Amino acid sequence: MTKFVKGNEAVVMGALYAGCELYFGYPITPASEIAHGAAKWFPMLGRTFVQAECETASVNMMFGAAGAGKLSMTATSGPGFSLMQEGISYLAGAELPSVVVNVNRAGPGLGNVYPEQSDYTPAVKGGGHGSYQTFTLAPASVQEMFDLTVKAFAMTAKWRTPAIVFADGLQGQMMESLVLPDSGLPKYDFSEWASEGTPKTRANLVKSIYLDAAQQERFNRHLQEKYAAMAADAMGEAYLADDAEILIVGYGISGRIARTTAEALRKEGVKAGVFRPITLNPFPREQLAAVAAGRKIMAIELDAGQFADDVRLNLAKAGLGAEAAGVVMINRMGGEIVSVDDAVKTAKEMLGA
Amino acid sequence: MKTIEQKGMYKSFPRSGKDVSFTHYCPGCGHGIINKLIAEACAEMGLQDETIFVDPVGCGVFTYYYWDAAHISAAHGRASAVATGTCRARPNAVTIAYQGDGDLGAIGFNNAFQAASRGEKFGCIFVNNSLYGMTGGQMAPTTLAGESTTTTPFGRDPALTGYPLHVCEVFSQLKAPVYIARVSVADTRRIMQAKQAIRKVFEIQRAKKGYAILEILAPCPTNFKMDPAAAADFCINEMEKEFPLGVFRDETERENPAPAAIPQAESCAALFAEKDALEPACDDDAFAERRFKFAGYGGQGILSLGLCIAEAARLERRHTLWFPSYGPEQRGGSANCSVVVSGKPIGSPTVEHPDVLVCMNRPAYERFVGDMREGGIVIVDETVPILVEPPKGVKLVVWPAIRMAEEFGVPKAANTMMLAAMKKLGCTGLKGESLEESLVASFKKKPALGEKNRELLREAEKKGS
Ligand SMILES: Cc1ncc(C[n+]2csc(CCOP(=O)(O)OP(=O)(O)O)c2C)c(N)n1
Ligand code: SF4
Repeated sequence: MTKFVKGNEAVVMGALYAGCELYFGYPITPASEIAHGAAKWFPMLGRTFVQAECETASVNMMFGAAGAGKLSMTATSGPGFSLMQEGISYLAGAELPSVVVNVNRAGPGLGNVYPEQSDYTPAVKGGGHGSYQTFTLAPASVQEMFDLTVKAFAMTAKWRTPAIVFADGLQGQMMESLVLPDSGLPKYDFSEWASEGTPKTRANLVKSIYLDAAQQERFNRHLQEKYAAMAADAMGEAYLADDAEILIVGYGISGRIARTTAEALRKEGVKAGVFRPITLNPFPREQLAAVAAGRKIMAIELDAGQFADDVRLNLAKAGLGAEAAGVVMINRMGGEIVSVDDAVKTAKEMLGA
Repeated sequence: MKTIEQKGMYKSFPRSGKDVSFTHYCPGCGHGIINKLIAEACAEMGLQDETIFVDPVGCGVFTYYYWDAAHISAAHGRASAVATGTCRARPNAVTIAYQGDGDLGAIGFNNAFQAASRGEKFGCIFVNNSLYGMTGGQMAPTTLAGESTTTTPFGRDPALTGYPLHVCEVFSQLKAPVYIARVSVADTRRIMQAKQAIRKVFEIQRAKKGYAILEILAPCPTNFKMDPAAAADFCINEMEKEFPLGVFRDETERENPAPAAIPQAESCAALFAEKDALEPACDDDAFAERRFKFAGYGGQGILSLGLCIAEAARLERRHTLWFPSYGPEQRGGSANCSVVVSGKPIGSPTVEHPDVLVCMNRPAYERFVGDMREGGIVIVDETVPILVEPPKGVKLVVWPAIRMAEEFGVPKAANTMMLAAMKKLGCTGLKGESLEESLVASFKKKPALGEKNRELLREAEKKGS
């Protein structure tokens, strides 16, 4: 059975199906519908909604809820995401599960409320202080706004590092059909480490401080091992890639533009394929390498090339140095969207066609 | 300060990295005394199992070495925000935030103030030692005028840095807190009073009465650069002049209003499942993808017209996407939306080249007509002057949507008139019945209007040309 909803609404539904118990947030366009939905639906299901005084507060409220063993979330856009970085670092440092949704708008500074993917680096590489990583997912449809929000909770609970749902203004505002599942996630028990105010958890301590250098290093090594193991949960999607001579790479909304571009090129007899990372951290390096070898590669993105650089890095790490060196980027910024016409043109130029 | 088997404290402090049983506080430090009082109160009241301490960053950062209860160690300044999350997540626990005067008074002031204003159900123990202890004795908002610190080496000059911040007095302006008081730990008599006040903070939390804040004046001999006795004297003789002790509010007996009841749902499925939900889309290679653009003034029903086409497409199990203009674009009165209908999963969500463009006003027409795909169709209201020719191969249809709606006596139905044109011209790729059904369904909340619009649609189809 399907509903026709906005991407932002699908996020709230996903969170509720996933068993998220508390929502903390501060309004910002184009993410506000997430707070609106949460303000209505969380209390109707006996869960908690708190409007925080700022994004610094939202993320620290999540720290307090997660430290007490409950799943919580917040949603924001660029400026608010920047304010949350300190708190996200603390969540990672204390190994607390929480979900942050960033509906990317144009920046830097106040920018505007139209779609960009320019928060790639803080969303994917850990935007705060210290050597930490988040589990970052990039939805490309209303269905994925729901599905990947559910997945974000499963992953943050599994890996005990914050999960980021990294979307953009267009996906937040657009409506598509959403198929709801029959059930959500199982309930998690965090009593082994959380401070829950119960006899069982009385000896628990949630902290990110290691005063001793050797201890801090040991802990950091543990974190890095954990992040390396996250690679097992990397996800990506290939489309028309088997016989492709040119591979178009893009995530989120750009991944959809890539799809239409590939179809348009195929109509003109050009064998084009698509690879769309669904998780950005862990990056689906092996999956990308499997379809990238020997192909020309074009990256589509709504930023200044942060994603293309990451594609190059991942190709190079996968041993595809030549492919990495040949990556061509097509981008728009400021709320403008890469047009299929331009993408087709660039692809043809790359092939000398 | 040495502690030997204090009530509520661990017997020794291995979390410090060493198996010691003395605290890290300097001799004569107020924190040491306060730590002991808090541990005692928590233990004597039998609350160790249910208490969650939220620890600060400051000299109080290591209270988790000492207090035998659960801890969450917050970021500098954020203990009140963290405690908000904790007490909301665990309403049955006793949540206690512990903060210094840099932590609460400076970097975290708004978090503490807003938590107090919301009446969060936690207790806040606020240690005022008139400066930043941990980082080397810098000025805090509470530093006294003339007091010398490492960042006011010539004494705090109010002409440049203002006056000491009175946290209790400021918080007293708020309605929600139930208990606001200031005590001191500078001598035995004061310590006994402080102990009673600390118990009160725990008691308020045990009884779920609401927000309580207890400010405690505390000596920091190290950064006062005094011996413990002189530091205690400074607390009594200088700090108390600026920060008088006392109870600013005690409304522990007041009745707090219960939250108003709101409708409850049993489960996600009960909340979100729809009675007549539609079947998911299915793939159909024979269906040619169509991209629509609708544009005009806000209030002309542009977004609903797009939604009506989208819903009709969903009725026919097409892949469907609707996207509105949003943000400041909406202001100044213009509105537009895009709809994509496809027989396969939709790629790009944007409508670069509409197959169908519906325009209700001149700016909309002139903005989008040049983008049309060859073979496409533009429907414009007859009030729009055609000063720009559509591109070659694009059909232009002028339609009296606004006039017809007025003639029918339902000026708001101009969008339904446009739907009539689309239906008549057969440009949607969708069945007439679907368009009608979708139109009627869009008035789900006012069924009479739905039927009325169906009639108008049929009339307009006959009449318009
Ligand atoms: C974001 C941030 N800025 C600065 C610091 C450094 N810092 C640690 S404790 C502290 C001040 C502590 O003073 P106070 O809250 O008065 O507590 P006291 O040590 O006097 O008990 C500062 C500035 C920090 N940890 N984090
Ligand atoms: S520096 Fe001051 S506040 Fe910190 S432990 Fe020493 S006396 Fe106490």
